[in-house]
Amino acid sequence: MTGGPLTGGPLNATVASLTSRSLLGRRRTFVLLLLPLALLALCTLARILGGLDSDIAAELDGPLSPDLLGAFGIAILMPLLSLIAGTGAIGPEIDEGSIVYLLAKPLNRHSIVVTKLLVAFGVVVAFGVVPIAVAGVVLTGELGSVTVAFTLGALAAGAAYASLFLLLAVITRNAVVVGLVYALVWESLIGGLVPGAQALSVQQWASAVVAEVLGDSAARLGVDSAVGFGTAMVLLVLVTVAATFYAGRRLQTLRISEA
Amino acid sequence: MSDRATPAGAPSSGAIHDIGYRHYDGPRLGAAYIRRSLFLDTLRGTYGLGRSARSKIVPLGLLALLALPALAVGIVTGYFGFGALPIGYTEYIFGFQVAVTIFVAAQSPAVMSRDLRFRVAALYFSRPLSRQQYVQAKYAGMAAALFLLMGLPITLLLAGALLAELPVDEQLPDYLRAMAGAALAALVLAGIGLFVAAMTPRRGLGVAAVVGVLLVLSGLQVTVMAMAYEFGNDTFTGYTGLISPYTLVDGVMSGVLGADSSIVEEPPGAVGAAVFVVAVVALVAACYAGLVARYRKALS
Repeated sequence: MTGGPLTGGPLNATVASLTSRSLLGRRRTFVLLLLPLALLALCTLARILGGLDSDIAAELDGPLSPDLLGAFGIAILMPLLSLIAGTGAIGPEIDEGSIVYLLAKPLNRHSIVVTKLLVAFGVVVAFGVVPIAVAGVVLTGELGSVTVAFTLGALAAGAAYASLFLLLAVITRNAVVVGLVYALVWESLIGGLVPGAQALSVQQWASAVVAEVLGDSAARLGVDSAVGFGTAMVLLVLVTVAATFYAGRRLQTLRISEA
Repeated sequence: MSDRATPAGAPSSGAIHDIGYRHYDGPRLGAAYIRRSLFLDTLRGTYGLGRSARSKIVPLGLLALLALPALAVGIVTGYFGFGALPIGYTEYIFGFQVAVTIFVAAQSPAVMSRDLRFRVAALYFSRPLSRQQYVQAKYAGMAAALFLLMGLPITLLLAGALLAELPVDEQLPDYLRAMAGAALAALVLAGIGLFVAAMTPRRGLGVAAVVGVLLVLSGLQVTVMAMAYEFGNDTFTGYTGLISPYTLVDGVMSGVLGADSSIVEEPPGAVGAAVFVVAVVALVAACYAGLVARYRKALS
């Protein structure tokens, strides 16, 4: 680390604006918009079908809404969005080597990571959590417990995923592939087959949050989790904080000549 | 040549760097040869041949992942003397679609994005190769790689079935249908993967975008089909297969070729089958046209 006084607090406005510009520049925004649009289209269709058919309407009040929000929102939308936002916040800069200009400034490396993480999290909230909340309202027709539960679950999953994937981007140049293998193969395939692996899955921790907010109606709505709420919260906070801290630590010792 | 005699500044029909060396007058291999070389290079590249050891891990690993269970199934069938294969040829491909998806996602950017990112594409087009031929070579290379990925396991299944002395006339039609399906799926998936990859040249983003598109489409298809099934309209349920590329190909196979469908509801009747075929043709044509249009514009 540099010996001189470090300017600025834990956040840096310039870094934030640079990151948000690289994340939301041109085509990237288009890709980011597609995912929530698919979710909203699906939920609108479900709602329309519910209007035509009373069986589906009954299902929507029962396990169908949580099922849609869980399977499509938390299991697909959140990891993919966080992957794009988390790795995109720092990955291309390390890749192109332009991170050097940022690291050469008298800025605390931890504050660089925290700033970038916050911007990535903001993108995840705007393109993931808010659409999930809207989808919840569309599906259930009210701002009820289901909507609130899945919004909070998505928020928790987004924070953990974004910090994990940002750490991955600092550690390895193949962050996207590694992240995808984790999100797809580990969480869906292995988590489905090996019971122990489920306890180490962001998706399950988020489900625990959802189940806790839903309370007694969770079982009726078909929401369950492999871990308890307390464990899940501890693990979520632990992973988010530890990943952020370790990413800052790795940024301090980053080898810049590996182009 | 006599160019050396002309003073600088005089009008000359020669190239900029003509400093009087002897020209090459022999036969030139031409654009078609370049296209064939580019096709082979693309095909080899998708399996990491001619690339670093690290880029061989993912494609060859996925090929092994798909082929080994088929080998095991074949051996088990012969060893226990089953009267039929425990898993159908068509079923096998669609059962392992996650592996195929990962292959498409991991290799499409390797085929398309690197030429754009490192500004190499401009060099290709300074040769006699036209833009259509470049796209044709890349598309054919990726489709061939996918056909290999899906064709090898079902060929191993057939070999296992024949070694187990199952009747050839029962196995062969199923096998050929499955191979036709694999070819069709290869064309469709290569088109989607390459088109998305060509639109996202940034490192890493292409992989996420291809997986995102394929995953979201299959997720959508499953959910919409479940809802349509609940709704109780068979025609609607049958047409939900149009949403995802895998079920689209499956619909063509069951509708036209008479294979066993691995989705719940087959496309409704002859009209449904025709719609699925038109959708596949339109999708492949659209991906090809989109790729050509992408390379006609500025290369960045």
